[in-house]
Amino acid sequence: MDKNNVDIRKRQALIVASTIVGGIGAGFAAVPFISSWLPSARAKAMGSAIDIDVSNIEEGQRITLDWRGKPIFVIKRSKESVETLSSISEKLRDPLSNETTQQPAYAKNIHRSIKEDIFVVIGICTHLGCVPLYKPKKGEVDSSWVGGFFCPCHGSRFDLAGRVFKGVPAPCNLVIPPHKYLNEKLLRIGEE
Amino acid sequence: MYKNLSEKLFNWLNKRLPVKAFYEDHMSKYYAPKNFNFWYYFGSLAMLTFGIQILSGIWLAMFYNPSSKEAFDSVEYIMRDVKFGWLIRYIHSTGASFFFIVVYLHIFRGFLYGSYKKPRELLWIIGVVIYLCLMAECFFGYLLPWGNMSFWGAQVITSLFGAIPIVGDPLVEWIRGDYTVSGATLNRFFSLHVSAMPLIFLAVIVLHLTALHEVGSLNPDGIEIKENKDSNGIPVDGIPFHPYYTVKDLFGVSVFLFAFFSVVFFKPDFFGFFLEGPNFTPADQLATPEHIAPVWYMTPYYAILRAVPNKLAGILAMGAAIAILFFVPWLDRSPVKSMRYKGILSKIALSLFIISFVILGYLGMQPPSEGKTLLAQICSLIYFIFFLSMPILSSIEKCKNPPERVK
Repeated sequence: MDKNNVDIRKRQALIVASTIVGGIGAGFAAVPFISSWLPSARAKAMGSAIDIDVSNIEEGQRITLDWRGKPIFVIKRSKESVETLSSISEKLRDPLSNETTQQPAYAKNIHRSIKEDIFVVIGICTHLGCVPLYKPKKGEVDSSWVGGFFCPCHGSRFDLAGRVFKGVPAPCNLVIPPHKYLNEKLLRIGEE
Repeated sequence: MYKNLSEKLFNWLNKRLPVKAFYEDHMSKYYAPKNFNFWYYFGSLAMLTFGIQILSGIWLAMFYNPSSKEAFDSVEYIMRDVKFGWLIRYIHSTGASFFFIVVYLHIFRGFLYGSYKKPRELLWIIGVVIYLCLMAECFFGYLLPWGNMSFWGAQVITSLFGAIPIVGDPLVEWIRGDYTVSGATLNRFFSLHVSAMPLIFLAVIVLHLTALHEVGSLNPDGIEIKENKDSNGIPVDGIPFHPYYTVKDLFGVSVFLFAFFSVVFFKPDFFGFFLEGPNFTPADQLATPEHIAPVWYMTPYYAILRAVPNKLAGILAMGAAIAILFFVPWLDRSPVKSMRYKGILSKIALSLFIISFVILGYLGMQPPSEGKTLLAQICSLIYFIFFLSMPILSSIEKCKNPPERVK
């Protein structure tokens, strides 16, 4: 108590208490404003799974689908290309797909897919999000090219399993979206 | 009688609102050093460009439609159908680039004459905040035409946040409001561009001016005019801002507007620097433009980002390149303020810094190659060395004695 009969300790306690309570209140009040920025119910519905019949895809052909606004490449690799995959390991940054965030567990293998020939990948460069070009033929970009994806923005290179080469700006392999086969022909992208 | 009446009215007003005191404090009795030179035009010109952007922006928002289906077409509608719409839009797009030109020259003035040194540290920091506001404002605005470069520019910049460990990916979705840049992103960027950012912008400009008028303007000689006052308390080396500097600034304004409208009328895209070619095609989420480059005013930082081979480290380097500006008042330990009286080392350092900044700006527009990446790495290094060597250079070099009074 000071000379004006003011209980300073009590006053300070009240100031601290009301600041804390007011702060918590402001925090809760911010929730609706911040949550409103999350993908809306409509955006989520638009982002639901898509199906594709893979039996009609020709060898070497690439089909581009739109899932969640991202280009999804579905590619049928030739036997020869699949064999090449296991021979270039030392040129790759992550040949065994040890970076677990880049693919679902069922695609953690040399060919990074469920079936050896059918390859499903998000066509967005892991560097800065450009769409890489599909260059399946040997020597299509330069003499050392074994076939794969080439990003025109900053020159990142990936093989036909979307694995990144050493010495390019992209830090990791292309992302494999969640996918599963409903039967021999039908592939569903966006669901596991 | 009329004079009497207007005097009475003014007195009535003044008792209720401090019009007279405000006018005197900031205009007729705000004393500025009498030796301002060319570099002192750009503060008031930055205010002018801000005004131009607000005015043209309000008018653009009357005709623009911020929906992903309509945005691109509504810009074409402004360009072709709205009377003088082309003029209003070109004023706004040219204004953005001129705003940066003026602000870069204004910041250069700060480096040249030590405008950040005690007691102007906070003034400088508020200025850096304005610079950040300007970059954010331009980034949000650049998405609005919904051209392909708008789209992919936003895609690249928002994806930068994805490099943050753990929270990265959900954070990017939160910023975009969708799994990719979409109509939801466009809507929120529009709202931020036309309401939130201008409000913040205005508030920070008011703070900048308030801080400036509290500490007073510096000058090319780095003399504190408040240290020499006459018997009335008026700085002997100062002159009232109005009419002296209002008239000087008006001359600057006329030269500036001549250059400004030359671009608006004769070269509104300014050789692809102010308006980029790929932005004349609508946004296409499945096709990246052949080469993504930000608008010229962001390219130095983009070059620093690309110079670092690791994504997260590159982003940190880019952030550090801007954040380091906040520490300049404490990095420069020189006993003198102005470059006129600093030693040769500081002069060389500043020159190298400006040259490397310009080269970085050029490299940021170019597609990368090995040689260019190496050059970008050297220039990025010079950029950081300029700041980090400040305390060393300013303590070892010999400075000249600045004069006591303005000559």
